[in-house]
Amino acid sequence: MRTSLKLISLIGLGLTLFPSFFVFFGVIELDPNKNLMILGTILWFITAPFWMNKRVQKET
Amino acid sequence: MSQKGIVKHLDSVEEFERVPVPQEKRKGWGSFIGMYAGEHTAGTEFVIGPLFVAHGVTSSDLVIGLLVGNLLAVLSWAFLCAPIATKVRYTLYYMLEKICGTKLTLIYNLVNALMFCFLAGAMIAVSATAVGIPFGLSMPSLNDWLPNTVGWIIAVLIVGAVTTTVAMFGYVQVSRFANIAAPWMILVFIAAAIAVLPDLGVRSVSDFWVNANEKIWTGTPLEGQSKFTFWHVMFFAWFCNMAMHIGMADLSILRYAKKWYYGFSSATGMYVGHYIAWLASGILYALFLMESNYSIEFAPGPVAFRAAGLAGAFCVIIAGWTTANPTIYRAGLALQAIRPKWKTWRVTMVVGLITTIAAFFPALVMKLLEFVALYGLILMPMGAVIMMDVYVIPKIGLKSNFAESFNKTFNPAASIAWIVTLILCLFINFYYGMEIFFLGLPGWFIASLLYLISSKLVQHLMIKERTVNK
Repeated sequence: MRTSLKLISLIGLGLTLFPSFFVFFGVIELDPNKNLMILGTILWFITAPFWMNKRVQKET
Repeated sequence: MSQKGIVKHLDSVEEFERVPVPQEKRKGWGSFIGMYAGEHTAGTEFVIGPLFVAHGVTSSDLVIGLLVGNLLAVLSWAFLCAPIATKVRYTLYYMLEKICGTKLTLIYNLVNALMFCFLAGAMIAVSATAVGIPFGLSMPSLNDWLPNTVGWIIAVLIVGAVTTTVAMFGYVQVSRFANIAAPWMILVFIAAAIAVLPDLGVRSVSDFWVNANEKIWTGTPLEGQSKFTFWHVMFFAWFCNMAMHIGMADLSILRYAKKWYYGFSSATGMYVGHYIAWLASGILYALFLMESNYSIEFAPGPVAFRAAGLAGAFCVIIAGWTTANPTIYRAGLALQAIRPKWKTWRVTMVVGLITTIAAFFPALVMKLLEFVALYGLILMPMGAVIMMDVYVIPKIGLKSNFAESFNKTFNPAASIAWIVTLILCLFINFYYGMEIFFLGLPGWFIASLLYLISSKLVQHLMIKERTVNK
């Protein structure tokens, strides 16, 4: 479960960053990139809290 | 978690405020690398990068100036702050109490709290520029000092109220949220900048330098802005966190480091946040300038929205919010040291109110470079005092930790070093016209020398007084 969540989080980060290179190289337009970025943002924020900070929570 | 729960929780956390951090609680490289990278990719980055563009920096001055300035900042953490932190392993405040006494430490706390309020105010204003996008809010411009519309005041008020309420009741959660947001935030900065490069005429890597010189960092300041050179960039990059490294505020963090050379981990913050993010936000602002026919409107929210859509606008809100929130909380703690009987939530509310009122004034954002330099300069002399007290004072036959050694609540030598340094810096600024960005360097030498001379006089008098009393 944790591994799957991490994978989705990484996909989220990937969608935030990599499409911008496609815009730079003229593969896609800026608007689809904006949509992919917000999709990546959503994926990151709904999955990352489940595995990030876990060590901090345990410590406290 | 209820407020009672949070207070109980915070009370239960052992932070080793008045004892050295024990061996088993010391941390490895990983903790510091992540912490510095996260802390220095913040809301301020959305303002600083564009302000370099507005001040007419050239590409080469910026690229080399940031490289050298950030290196000097890293070296300051590694060779000045970290060795003392790992030698004594006390917080800055406890070190100040031992050296300067409780009374002078209280004054330091008050000044520090006020500076934190203004910094948090700037971040609330940055967030408000993004919150105002759906409402077509009229944004402030580079030369604005006072709020120009009722809409701006309402937007700031809403962001300030939410930020303060969260700081009052949910600091722990915000700090966790900030950790989660940090890696995403830096990617948004990078992605947004890369995606708009074609609009600036950059269609291949080889195009970049030519277009950077012609369209981004053109070397021509905007109307009403002073011209920045390599030296401005270098000294700003070095001294923008002066309070933390040379000013020793990061003693509180680096005292947990296993080895002194973990101070080099600050490089992640400097080269990710203060290099990549500043360059990226500068690129976004250059596009805004080009498309708006060099309008002097200055609003990070719409600039990020233009480049990265909703993700960009959220990034501005989150960056401003996650920077403002701990800053308000820290200011509250600093004030609570002055009024220990006040409840934490009440202190935070007062701080939030001051911060929100400060955020009404766009000058805080427009003059952020000057404010950040002033912040470092004001707190720097105490770093020089600590440095001299640890390394030089014992070697010239004087006693370190004056307040503790002589059982005093006020160290006149440290107060002389602090106040006279600032007066002399002000004099150099007015009389010789030296800009605030450069004053930190002579200021440090002045503070160190003044502390040594005044310590010699004060301690000599104290010993003489003791002998007479005997």
